[in-house]
Amino acid sequence: MSAPAKVPAAIVGPGNIGTDLLAKLARSARIEVTAMVGVVESEGLERARAMGVPASSEGVDWLLRQDPLPRIVFEATSAKAHAANAPRYAEAGIRAIDLTPAHLGPMVCPAVNMPHHLDAPNVNMITCGGQATIPIVAAVSQVATVDYAEIVASAASRSAGPGTRANIDEFTETTARAVEEVGGAARGKAIIILNPVEPPMIMRDTVFCSLPPEADHDAVAASVHRMVERVQQYVPGYTLRAEPQFDPPTDKWGGRGRVAVFLEVKGNGDFLPEYAGNLDIMTAAAAQVGELVAAEMTEAAA
Amino acid sequence: MSERAGARPGIRHDVRITDTTLRDGSHAQAHQFTEEQVRDTVRALDRAGVEVIEVTHGDGLGGSSFNYGFSHTDELKLIAAAREEATQARIAVLLVPGIGTVDDLRRAHDAGAEIVRVATHCTEADVSPQHFGVARDLGMETVGFLMMAHRTSPEDLAKQARIMVDAGCQCPYVTDSAGALLMHDARARFEALLAEVGDEAWVGYHGHQNLSLGVANSVIAAEVGVKEIDGSLCALGAGSGNSPTEVIAAVFDRMGIRTGLDVTALLDAAEDVVRPYLHRWPKMDRNAITQGWAGVYSSFLLHAEHAGERYKVPVPDILRRCGELGLVGGQEDMIIDVALELAREREQGR
Repeated sequence: MSAPAKVPAAIVGPGNIGTDLLAKLARSARIEVTAMVGVVESEGLERARAMGVPASSEGVDWLLRQDPLPRIVFEATSAKAHAANAPRYAEAGIRAIDLTPAHLGPMVCPAVNMPHHLDAPNVNMITCGGQATIPIVAAVSQVATVDYAEIVASAASRSAGPGTRANIDEFTETTARAVEEVGGAARGKAIIILNPVEPPMIMRDTVFCSLPPEADHDAVAASVHRMVERVQQYVPGYTLRAEPQFDPPTDKWGGRGRVAVFLEVKGNGDFLPEYAGNLDIMTAAAAQVGELVAAEMTEAAA
Repeated sequence: MSERAGARPGIRHDVRITDTTLRDGSHAQAHQFTEEQVRDTVRALDRAGVEVIEVTHGDGLGGSSFNYGFSHTDELKLIAAAREEATQARIAVLLVPGIGTVDDLRRAHDAGAEIVRVATHCTEADVSPQHFGVARDLGMETVGFLMMAHRTSPEDLAKQARIMVDAGCQCPYVTDSAGALLMHDARARFEALLAEVGDEAWVGYHGHQNLSLGVANSVIAAEVGVKEIDGSLCALGAGSGNSPTEVIAAVFDRMGIRTGLDVTALLDAAEDVVRPYLHRWPKMDRNAITQGWAGVYSSFLLHAEHAGERYKVPVPDILRRCGELGLVGGQEDMIIDVALELAREREQGR
């Protein structure tokens, strides 16, 4: 039996994210990137051409004229651009994996809720901090009732682009919502810090979850370790800085206890530097979602 | 120049003092302020002629959290109470983008806040335009906090002040969050900001006493043309506290710098209103001096003390490591990480 044909996919948005995603998908056994699309000539388009990938600066109009059309499109532009493009992808029957903050479709995290959304026409990759922390919130809420979860994401200043900076509230609000909807906490909060230290700091994330007094700490710790292994399957540089830290119930926390989980996210260094784990985990998670969607498409056709 | 620039508010005296007892002081009180304490303090400050009183969780709107400590009383309730007590003073709030959002700001405005101080790390001013824009649309007066101002050069700090002013900030501040600026460092930053934005905006100074220089730097500030200066009664603030409002008032009175403040009323406010509720009087002890010396965000103090106790590692070691790592404001979670790392190193006999 020969290997199944690869699923054709396009990347829209040839910036740093799109280029890193291209490097990751170039290793895929299931996806072949058949187009890189921008709206102006750019280094990103040149890099794609150098890798043998057809690239155009004529935008989605060009993409939708291709024959055959891609079956999956990865959108790495902006929320506004994706909002404009998404209906056109849908009309053409192209699955959209959205790396922008547009969140038109369900929010997905491959290690947590991906099997549920394999057939969604449009899925959203939440935020970098969300991809790093929501698996841990989910791991804790699988074995204990989490009334409240809070995540703190620290990223190197150099890894935060102008889009993130101009609308930082979008990060905190979207991530907090996903901590609830995807992570399973009754209430979520997200905090992001940019640190300009040189050499740049590797992305760090902390997850705090409230725990009822009767919570089984061993079960929580074991669940966290299992989840870290799951995420490591697509983000090898995703590690615990220390064992989960448990604090006993106290009045100041409404009679509840707390678990704190300290994470480091070191990027794979494909195109983006290693410290930019925040960007790497987005492209790695998006690539992983693409793999799962492509596998489903391939199997459905078989 | 943006269309918003040039619209700085009038200042009635030589210098306007903003009192931050009820915001920066929240750090020293572990965010446990009660409504009664806030009402009593606002009444006393208002009576003493303080024109701007900041009331918020220490880490700004939305700061109530595991990471920074949960508020005893919802800050919106405290802001509303402060607004009720103030007869001439206006209420300011702090907003740190990445922690608080414009929705928090709208709620604070509804509760009675008329001034917002948007705070970013000193090199990250470009996360603030969204918040300045909304604040100005709400008709609020705006201040920009460039925190940890010792961490960048005067020239680069001035460029960051420019970003804020172009976004609608009416008064960028040299914010010495670590109490680390020596007098010539402070002067160079004041002069750089005044040269860059002084024609359109006021320039401010927020000091901490970790190296005892908050008041001294305030004197330099007033001499070179800084118009807005922060203080706290009894120095109540993070680290070894802020420049004491009552001391600034007395010193400026002796210098003939007009502030509109009643020194005697401020001394009474500090002694009779604030001192009785202090958890502890902020002072220049070993840990706080280490913060100024190593350039560590002052709000880390209580968190480092807690982590030191929890993991049995010396607090000055935690603080120095925080300085070496270049941690910035808001990274309180890293204090636990640092304590764990020091505990591991100790076990390995390093």
